[in-house]
Amino acid sequence: MKSLKQRYMRENIMKVFIILNTILVITPLIIILAYVIVRGIGAINIDLFTQELGSPSRAMVGRPTGLAHTIIGTFVVDFLALIIAVPFGLGAGIMLSEYPDHKLNPLMRVMNDTLNGMPAVLKGLLAWALVVKPMGSFSGLSGGVALAFVMLPIIARSTESALMNIPWSIREAGLAIGLPRWRVITSVVIPASKTGLVTGLLLAFARAVGEAAPLLFTSFGNNYKSATLLGWIFGPVDTLPQRLYSLAISPYKHWHQLGWAAGILLLLFVILSFIIARFVAREKKY
Amino acid sequence: MFRNVKRKNSDNELTDMSFTKSKIGSINMPIRLESQNLSVIYGTTYGIKEISFPIYDKKVTALIGPSGCGKTTFLRAMNRMHDLTRNTCIEGSVYLNGKDIYAPKVDPVIIRRKLGMVFQKPTPFPTMSIYDNVIAGLKLVGIKKRAYLDEVVERSLKQAALWEEVKDRLKTPGGSLSGGQQQRLSIARALAVEPDVLLMDEPTSSLDPQSTNRIEELIETLKKQVTIVVVTHNMQQAARISDFTAFFYLGKLIEYNSTTKMFTVPEHKQTEDYLSGKFG
Repeated sequence: MKSLKQRYMRENIMKVFIILNTILVITPLIIILAYVIVRGIGAINIDLFTQELGSPSRAMVGRPTGLAHTIIGTFVVDFLALIIAVPFGLGAGIMLSEYPDHKLNPLMRVMNDTLNGMPAVLKGLLAWALVVKPMGSFSGLSGGVALAFVMLPIIARSTESALMNIPWSIREAGLAIGLPRWRVITSVVIPASKTGLVTGLLLAFARAVGEAAPLLFTSFGNNYKSATLLGWIFGPVDTLPQRLYSLAISPYKHWHQLGWAAGILLLLFVILSFIIARFVAREKKY
Repeated sequence: MFRNVKRKNSDNELTDMSFTKSKIGSINMPIRLESQNLSVIYGTTYGIKEISFPIYDKKVTALIGPSGCGKTTFLRAMNRMHDLTRNTCIEGSVYLNGKDIYAPKVDPVIIRRKLGMVFQKPTPFPTMSIYDNVIAGLKLVGIKKRAYLDEVVERSLKQAALWEEVKDRLKTPGGSLSGGQQQRLSIARALAVEPDVLLMDEPTSSLDPQSTNRIEELIETLKKQVTIVVVTHNMQQAARISDFTAFFYLGKLIEYNSTTKMFTVPEHKQTEDYLSGKFG
């Protein structure tokens, strides 16, 4: 029988240990955030959001440079990826959750998990073979396809999870009033799990936004805005992670600083996605 | 339309209908629903075995028995809910208005519209308003005429004795009601599709005594419009609300009789023991 004093002491030691661990985990995040912000804050100005990059000598002749085309390109490629990945991901998730006895399910699960674990650069290679080579040029579309392969397994998994959270009794109630099974799924189960589904999409988006490797040889990059609207889809576009890499390995100091600014923008994208996901998933009060 | 009692001779005295028929007396009472040698097999074990008895039209039939005796299994076999469970097998038949609901070409979705079910735990659809909850069975199969839907909502909520309480807030979420109100909403939802039979699986088990009382009064009024089958583990409730009672034990039908006769002069020892509280 341990004395009260000993128990309190153990309690406090554990508390300190847990707090230390938490600090250990948060510290790298804070260091990265602080370093990137300090290095890149100098390049945060209105030009960043309104000007194209242009050639390296632009800054030397005094003309402004920025990453406006990169920000637009990131939106274009990532939303294209969402449009492609969502129907397939949602469909797979619904299949796994609502028809658990289907013969194809075990195979689908294995393939989903394999795709999830595959290095992103290989997904870029697949998009290259499927889109870039036949088309003959780099394009936003191929970047979208590559990122869709990244998003797909995440969406499938989170959809299955969100749907499985809905209790069987809700489906039963729908079936008991004479609704066919597909109707119960589309009109009762999916609306009930809306929050979970949207959260899953946002998390998949946040993950894909940060992928650079698959975009290096699919959307490739562009120092300028695309000339036509279709050019954003069928021509090379710039995206934040890939541009960050290009700026970082360039030999120009002013481009290095822009690279840090690109890092800040990327962090903003990801953090914003998570904040919106949290907001969507908040507890609703009647 | 109705099938009168015409039973084959059976070796099993417990389910020989001519035996029970003579006890009930009224040969020409119309039968809405009837099971014949109905068995439900889960995997390799019998959930219920060779159950045969009629459910009389516009009457309340109670199914009683201790936990695990098969009364819920029987109820779910009535509206083909077992189609949705794995490894479940049905033997025998169930006749609704004289037609076998387990016949090969019968659509279970239509059967479930004719046999509405209310569950123990009220489950209003979480994302829908009270209005949408009631007409879910109609709107989601294509009926969209606003005037007609309004009429159905009012009728169903009045039938479920909920209209006065919610008529001013039909657009509020279904989940914002109390437990008893939610259960009445579930009943209104089941009634909206105008079923022939209302199957109720322990409808008042999760409710407080006041709500239980309201629902029992509701059943008394509803039986004039729709045939009702109630599963209950509370035999006093069965005595209060039902016209006929079936006593189940270990998957078999032990006794079926009018409620007054069963509760005053039960024919089988097991029935008597259960009713006097010796087991269950």
